[in-house]
Amino acid sequence: MADSVWAPMSGSFAPAATSVSRHSAVVRATHWLTALCFLALLVSGVEILLSHPRFYWGEAGNVLTRPLFSLPFPSSRGTVPTGYGYVLPDQNGWSRYLHFQAAWGAVLTGLVYFIYGSVSGHFRRNLLPARGELSWRSISTAVTKHDESSYNVVQRLTYLFVIFVLFPLVIWTGLAMSPAFASAFPDAVSVLGGQQSARTIHFFISVSLFLFLVVHVVMVAVNGFGSRVRAMITGNSGANKEVR
Amino acid sequence: MSTISRRKLIIGGAAVAGGASGLAVAATVARRYGLIPPDGGGLYGPGETLTYAAQRLLTRHSMAREFAPGQISKLPFANAVDPLGDPFKKLQAGGFADWRLAVDGLVARPASFSVAEIRSFPVHSQITHLACEEGWSYIAQWTGARLSDVLQHVGIPPQARYVVYRSIQADWWESVDMADALHPQTLVAYGMNGGELPVGFGGPLRLRVPRQLGYKSVKYITRITVTDNLKPFGKGLGSASPEGGYAWYAGI
Repeated sequence: MADSVWAPMSGSFAPAATSVSRHSAVVRATHWLTALCFLALLVSGVEILLSHPRFYWGEAGNVLTRPLFSLPFPSSRGTVPTGYGYVLPDQNGWSRYLHFQAAWGAVLTGLVYFIYGSVSGHFRRNLLPARGELSWRSISTAVTKHDESSYNVVQRLTYLFVIFVLFPLVIWTGLAMSPAFASAFPDAVSVLGGQQSARTIHFFISVSLFLFLVVHVVMVAVNGFGSRVRAMITGNSGANKEVR
Repeated sequence: MSTISRRKLIIGGAAVAGGASGLAVAATVARRYGLIPPDGGGLYGPGETLTYAAQRLLTRHSMAREFAPGQISKLPFANAVDPLGDPFKKLQAGGFADWRLAVDGLVARPASFSVAEIRSFPVHSQITHLACEEGWSYIAQWTGARLSDVLQHVGIPPQARYVVYRSIQADWWESVDMADALHPQTLVAYGMNGGELPVGFGGPLRLRVPRQLGYKSVKYITRITVTDNLKPFGKGLGSASPEGGYAWYAGI
């Protein structure tokens, strides 16, 4: 009796025997939470950037300092010389609130993903390239012939780089801009070259993450947008493939 | 399969129940230990509370980085402020001799200080970074009296929790918790880079809170009020900043 009541639920927890789950539930949930947080960080980050679209190197820099470079954007502040004859509306307040809230969301999601990935073997099995895979030959094979059964070496290296290099760096450089964080961990700021250097590095890492997002979405689209997105939502791409 | 799903359902239910009660306990503990900021409600309340609570647990006693004299910015930037009104200009014409800084609220001996009286407190100097929420910054040497010395002079009771401070510009007022108010680097500043504090940088008196962003370092301060509750001030969000869409805690 109980079995027949609960049976319909089983599909959402355990995959049916005929089709195998492509992504585990934790990977799917953390993927979409990260995507949501990243979009919020991107939008709010651009807004924050517009209040001062100039970059410096070292500890300090302002409109009287020669910038390292400045972006050809109008600004939301009249004090910034941009060459544009107008000033954008100030959106910095809610942008900063949203940026930090989304950062917390991304960091906590990342923590869950990191613990799961380490404990479950997800990193070892799906992301770490196999021995012998790290050759130019296998990299060029991965580019020309797309093996669908698991992540190829280029995908593995890219995901590893994003997860273990870009994400930690963007968190670190973001925190390094905080005056309170800098007071508690001064060395974490000085090794970056100063708070303005941290801001400049934060910008470049963010651009790199954005480029990853673009390539990622294009690759998904090229390989079948519907089935790939379905696989990341339901875990089931319809095909009998396993990337758990 | 149904056994697995039932077990998973029970575990999942327990996790949700545990998570919800965990959150409730965390909220109670956070309130008890003053880890919820005055603007901790609303859409961005969770993020603000996490930030403020994390900072208070990890950085309560940390010291803002101090720099060498050679690192002082050659060209500090005095951010634009609203036009200074006639009351300010009158005081400026008199060399700020009649400028008063009132200290009231939850204090044993309410007082009003002239700039000269503030100067009579032990002098402290620091070379620190002032960062604006917009992204720019400068390094300067600030000289003044410790806010903690001023507060101890008027006598603050143990129930004091926040210090509210106001500019002569009526719509610019802020507050900090006691961790920042009693912090040894929080100054009632009257000097900058070896000279008097220029009007553009907040002279004659500016509160300097180096562990938070520039907008917490209010220029032209005229009144300091000690309180155990921020609700009666303005809209009850802690300062003018949240009323204008900016976070009350600006340590990040």
